[in-house]
Amino acid sequence: MTDININVPILARVEGEGALSIAIKNGEIETLNLSIYEPPRFFEKFLEGRRYDEVLDIVARICGICPVAYQMSAVQALEQIFQCTPNAWVRDMRRAFYCGEWLESHGLHVHMLAAPDFLGYGSAIEMAKDYPDEVKRGLRLHAIGNEILSLFGGRAVHPVGACVGGFYSAPSLKAVSDMLKKIECSMQDAEDLIAWTASLPMVERNQNFPSICIKHAREYPMNEGNIFSDTPALDLPKEHFDKHFKEEHVAHSTALHCLMDGTPYMLGPLSRINNCLYQLPENIQKLIAQTGIQFPSKNTFHSIVARAIEIYYALQEARRIFSDYSLPDESRSEFEVQSGIGYGCTEAPRGMLWHRYEVDEKGFITSSTIIPPTSQNQARIESDLMQSLHDFGLDKDQDAMRLHSEMVVRNYDPCISCSTHFLTLNVEKKP
Amino acid sequence: MSDKPKIAVHKFSSCDGCQLAILNLGEKLIELTEIVDIMHFAEAGPVNPHEKVDVAFVEGSITTPHELDRIQEVRSNSQYVVTIGACATSGGLQALRNFKHVDIKQWTQSVYAKPEFISTLETSTAIAKHIKVDLEIWGCPINSKQIIETIRALCFGVEPVVQKDSLCLECKRQGNACVMVTKQEPCLGPITQSGCGALCPSVGRGCYGCYGPDENPNTKALAKRFSGLGLLPNDIARKLHFINSQAKGYLEIGNELGNKTLKDDAK
Repeated sequence: MTDININVPILARVEGEGALSIAIKNGEIETLNLSIYEPPRFFEKFLEGRRYDEVLDIVARICGICPVAYQMSAVQALEQIFQCTPNAWVRDMRRAFYCGEWLESHGLHVHMLAAPDFLGYGSAIEMAKDYPDEVKRGLRLHAIGNEILSLFGGRAVHPVGACVGGFYSAPSLKAVSDMLKKIECSMQDAEDLIAWTASLPMVERNQNFPSICIKHAREYPMNEGNIFSDTPALDLPKEHFDKHFKEEHVAHSTALHCLMDGTPYMLGPLSRINNCLYQLPENIQKLIAQTGIQFPSKNTFHSIVARAIEIYYALQEARRIFSDYSLPDESRSEFEVQSGIGYGCTEAPRGMLWHRYEVDEKGFITSSTIIPPTSQNQARIESDLMQSLHDFGLDKDQDAMRLHSEMVVRNYDPCISCSTHFLTLNVEKKP
Repeated sequence: MSDKPKIAVHKFSSCDGCQLAILNLGEKLIELTEIVDIMHFAEAGPVNPHEKVDVAFVEGSITTPHELDRIQEVRSNSQYVVTIGACATSGGLQALRNFKHVDIKQWTQSVYAKPEFISTLETSTAIAKHIKVDLEIWGCPINSKQIIETIRALCFGVEPVVQKDSLCLECKRQGNACVMVTKQEPCLGPITQSGCGALCPSVGRGCYGCYGPDENPNTKALAKRFSGLGLLPNDIARKLHFINSQAKGYLEIGNELGNKTLKDDAK
């Protein structure tokens, strides 16, 4: 049997810089590395000595695709320290803001990054020649996400509107009612997208892994909740994250591998749907039933369908919130700066994003830890690849194996830009 | 430039946000591919990093030994090199490591369990510190309009126009009430270039300088005004040493007030 080496020095259609190398010897996988060589940028260290009101503009810069996720996890931690409970208007608008990011990020991933694989194209630009309507529909959904982000933040990338306590200002009634009309016009697009993703040529897989996301008593996971795992069962407050989750540093990566009690686990839309399908509105549950796909699913290729479902959900949720829109008395709640330790955990488009901050009595950051979803998914991606390549057949054509491996990686929507430069192994605890 | 120019988008140390200015073009992105050939743009799909092109857009700063080599190759393969965004143009937020008090070895040890696996430079530097750059587009992030205008101008064979007037002008044109006058909010607008749409004053907060200095920044006078608003020297220094800490016009007064000096490699 011949030895095979698969090397993908630059992974295309992922956010950030990664590479993949697989060596197969005598019909067995000898080594398999998803390398992340995105340079370290040391954000956790820049934050030290900065004041609390600078944090949101700093952490946004960790990732251009999911800046709101970083802002929302950070703001939750800082508000915990300052014992600030934002008013109901702020809570609702943060959820709508976050819906914008899910739409933008999922819209980009489904159409520009993932779908070309399923249909055999090198890029969405090539795919657009044969599937113009589908690509344009995707770009429209992506654009509406960007517009929701701009409504609150002035722009979609590194938005400027959010602050500790709420928002610097409230969108006008007219801006919200215009937005609502656009959302209404996009509902059909989003509904069609679910059926379309479910009709893509699907790979059948069944793997065994913990699906992990945050879980909230009354709403689909997004803004807050406990950390929840299906199997092994786990339900713990965000403050206890590091009791079960530990990072390891491996040679081939500038991101650390994070394991739950020694086991790789999966974050992201598929895990959220696996754990919280029952929290989706009834009409969406019906649409899911019509796809013929059985959720919970342990086939990571179903992630593209999960993303489409969440696009529809995010649109519907934004519509629900905007339908009752009124101008608030205050767009931000008051608080008093005080010292302490706070934790933030929210659902970035690609999974749970955990932050921890320590602040002194004047509001300056003394230490911070940020654990992004991609470094949590990295160990799972490698074990998925191991199993997937065996199932695919190690005797297959090398190019086919390479393409298959890339698809497996993209199912996780790795955001490599944000997966690096973090992760302190030992969180120092002070009494 | 060839009839149908070839372009490339290269990523260095960055958050990918400026590449989104291209991906966020939406349907215009498909139109764009009718006037240019996108040869290399890994995030969008095409991977041909060694291809010769008419225009190379560079996102990100130089922070690793490998990037030092890569940027030389980009230069030799490209007729025009255009930097996009704060990282590529001034070193970006991550250039906060360029000050003398930062010991990057110690930082690496505190973030990574096995620092020997990490290869990183002491500094984060702008592309123009390493190669000749033909055009610099500022902004964190840049916006889609800047990209289209640049490609259009180059296709017509004219030099792209970069607006470097102060943000105050753009802010006035939008009809905003000045946040510094009406709310005593410290605002970097008077020394920051326009182009973002005066977003921060529009939501009622001061500008934080993500588009970099304007053409004649009077930073000293603004710093004096800030201290009149009650800001301490270190507060003013942190404002100047933020997204574009290395930019001329922000750096010097920031150094003076924050008692900072640059590492030799960053000068």
